[in-house]
Amino acid sequence: MLVYTAKRIVLAILVALTISMLVFSLLYLSGDPATALAGESATSADIEKIRHAYGFDRPVWVQYLSWLANAAQGEFGNSLYFRLPVWDLILERLPTTMTLGVSAMSFAIVLAIPLGVLAAMFPNSLIDRAALFMAVVGQAMPSFWFALMLIVLFAFTWPVLPASGSDTWRHFVLPTIVLGYYATPAFMRLTRTGMLDVLSSDYIRTARAKGLRPWTVLFKHALRNAIIPVVSLAAVQFGFMLGGSVIIETVFALHGAGFLAWESISRSDFPTVQAILLLFSLLYIVLTFVADLLNAWLDPRIRVG
Amino acid sequence: MSVVSNGLPTAQEIVGPTPGQRLRRRLFGHRGIVVGGSILGVIILMALLAPLIAPYDPYDQILTARIKPPVWYPHGTWEHILGTDQVGRDYLSRLIYGSQISLLIGFFAAALSGLIGTAMGIAAGYFGGRVDLVVTFLITCRLSLPVILVSLAVVAVIGGSLEVVILVLGLLLWDRYAVVMRAATLQVRSLDFVAAAQTVGCSTWHILVSEILPNVMNQLIVVATLEFAHAVLLEAALSFLGLGVQPPLPSWGLMIAEGRNYILFDPWLIAIPGVALFTLLLAVNLLGDGARDVTAPENRG
Amino acid sequence: MTEPAGFSLEVENLTVSIPLAAGTLRAVRGISFQVNQGETLCIVGESGCGKSLTSLALMGLLPAKAVRGADRLTLNGVDLTALSERQMSDVRGESMAMIFQEPMTSLNPAYTIGNQLEEALRRHRRVSRTEARERAIYLLEKVGITAAASRLQQYPHQLSGGLRQRVMIAMALMCGPDLLICDEPTTALDVTIQAQILHLLRDLQREFNMAIILITHDLGVVARMADRVAVMYAGEIVETGTAAEVFAAPSHPYTRGLLQCIPIPGRTRRGEHLGSIPGVVPSLVGEIAGCAFANRCPHAAAACRSEPPARDLGPGRMVRCVLEPGALPQMEPA
Repeated sequence: MLVYTAKRIVLAILVALTISMLVFSLLYLSGDPATALAGESATSADIEKIRHAYGFDRPVWVQYLSWLANAAQGEFGNSLYFRLPVWDLILERLPTTMTLGVSAMSFAIVLAIPLGVLAAMFPNSLIDRAALFMAVVGQAMPSFWFALMLIVLFAFTWPVLPASGSDTWRHFVLPTIVLGYYATPAFMRLTRTGMLDVLSSDYIRTARAKGLRPWTVLFKHALRNAIIPVVSLAAVQFGFMLGGSVIIETVFALHGAGFLAWESISRSDFPTVQAILLLFSLLYIVLTFVADLLNAWLDPRIRVG
Repeated sequence: MSVVSNGLPTAQEIVGPTPGQRLRRRLFGHRGIVVGGSILGVIILMALLAPLIAPYDPYDQILTARIKPPVWYPHGTWEHILGTDQVGRDYLSRLIYGSQISLLIGFFAAALSGLIGTAMGIAAGYFGGRVDLVVTFLITCRLSLPVILVSLAVVAVIGGSLEVVILVLGLLLWDRYAVVMRAATLQVRSLDFVAAAQTVGCSTWHILVSEILPNVMNQLIVVATLEFAHAVLLEAALSFLGLGVQPPLPSWGLMIAEGRNYILFDPWLIAIPGVALFTLLLAVNLLGDGARDVTAPENRG
Repeated sequence: MTEPAGFSLEVENLTVSIPLAAGTLRAVRGISFQVNQGETLCIVGESGCGKSLTSLALMGLLPAKAVRGADRLTLNGVDLTALSERQMSDVRGESMAMIFQEPMTSLNPAYTIGNQLEEALRRHRRVSRTEARERAIYLLEKVGITAAASRLQQYPHQLSGGLRQRVMIAMALMCGPDLLICDEPTTALDVTIQAQILHLLRDLQREFNMAIILITHDLGVVARMADRVAVMYAGEIVETGTAAEVFAAPSHPYTRGLLQCIPIPGRTRRGEHLGSIPGVVPSLVGEIAGCAFANRCPHAAAACRSEPPARDLGPGRMVRCVLEPGALPQMEPA
């Protein structure tokens, strides 16, 4: 288990470094960043001044390393739009995104796992077909459109929930439903497949042969094994949700990091964009690392070796 | 020593359907494939015949006929069956031409990412060792990137257009191809006919194309349909956020964005293109699920 | 109702049918047998003859689509067909237990051996965890596992196949069942381990005075373990008797065919052709007209077109064939 963990840490660090290089190089996609920053009406003298001020005249790898070193300390410079430290801006908005992410994930899990279990217990029954139908619908539904339709329904037709903003818990209801529903199909299918596999396994037959009660067989024996891949999926899905939060937060004007990302992209606020990209990627890397560990810990064949 | 038959056919007498007939039976017997395929067929036809069936030019702005409701509303007319948008363009025509955009992007993005991902996946599965290590590492890196954010950022820098969206999505959506093709290749690689081909001295390229590829094809098709849907969905999202296809192109996502300000009183402006998107995505997903069921029922779910 | 002393399992006309798209698969087509305390009944037959489904039918563990029927299915006088699923689960593991063919996959990889052993007992008896643990250690030692106490903490993947099968046996015995059903318990094990496990089962039977139903396709196992034998073919029992009777004087052409297929050291000459039974098992979907073995039987006659009766050849001795026992040519003497 220790070796497994060590390997995973090294991998995580390598991936993080590679991502940081990619994120850093985003700045150069448009060509010369100094020109882009200076704007349309700048003279070449202005451009040179900016080039020197931001350090764009240093060799690329030096720029990267200094950027990386600063990033490690949370120093991303100032936002070009707000003229405030990027890190502070993000920290201010992050709790909203996290709240949205966690509640959406909870919604998805509470909806998907029982459905998946039931679908597996009664294959080809009405509930199985309903669950699969719900999954297909969820996969085909564009989240931003779903969001708008819900707004029409619940904010206008029956005005029970707010359409935008992020002040009260009510503001999170519709975003949670939309973002959560986005993740539900994958969870439901994985749970269903996992349970179907497990329920037909030999050790479940043994459990029944021992005379164990159905609930015991289902939860203690079956679900315990079927849940292992779901844990990994939860991390991956959370990563997708971070991406999806950009859309959802923008539609609902929820002041989170995702909305900030979109605003910054529209405003070419490079430092902010880079910081958020790096942050989301790191979050995903950490989450998958934790999920891998949990995965291994849950399976005695890896934990005990 | 007499042998009494018990009335059942002997081995020679049993005649069954040919593999081709059996496949056809499975394909057409599967409800998902039939429904999904029909819907997709209709949409493709719509896209191909757009110049013939669209009543108006989708870019034609008839400013005197702005925001006319569809025909089933009290003030709707048959002149504009699905109404008009905020600058008077006929919605039905825009819808029909919009299908071209979705299909084009879906197809080319899925093809590009498919090329990249399949090559990587098969290489990793076949050669193993360091190649596998590198590919797996690249996949992990790609998975750690939030696709939407990266696409948004790149398009913002380069500028949005149909070609750019296809390129960006094509260069980003290869991960599932790589993962699935790698797993499939690993399975096929250990089968006897591959070893036979190697013993005979076939070139690596020949083995990859003639032995391995045909046997991983069915899984490739499943992934391709899903990534097609993924690309369509992402383009719609990008265009909705203003960083995808640019106006005045009739991208369905863009139409939803443009209609957003009017959702209070004229919700059909977002409902109609949304339904179109949903229908296309539903059809493709059904096809993909059906392909999976037919080729490998054990992977069902 | 007065019961005879000792325990017994009585089965009369047990059927198992599975509805398929092509028709109804009659996997078990009306079998009857009886097992008494301290006795080992071997049900022997080739793959697909229905013997595994028979054992699942007894335990009430048939797959959902399968339909069980029986004129009589009693365990110690209790009618098993009349029990609800909940009542049946009380019986399973307590009065009757079962071990399976694949020890490698029959234990839950997520829990320790101790957990799974103790759970088997605590489901049926109100005992403390310490008492359960002690019983587990006791039984592990009984099945020949050393260092039993430390084994309790181990996970299934840390044990070999042979050890896992021993654990399965111990687990089956946790509540001291009257009947132990073993479905091909040694087929998946190495030959040397096979002998050990069979020997172990014999010892345990003697010590706990259990009844054992042993399902197998291996005549060698039958020879070693059986007090009584039931030969199954195509969902029916074609011959029963004590092991001695069936081996010395097989009365059904199928049984004879089986015995002729195996080389017997000392009897079979070097280079001699082993017998084989030509033909294939008929499809069990739908009705079978007449004797199911007729299309492969060297002695088949016109009378075989109707269902042969079960001939009573003595106490516990039965043959399902139209031929008179004496009509079959003598088998080569030993």
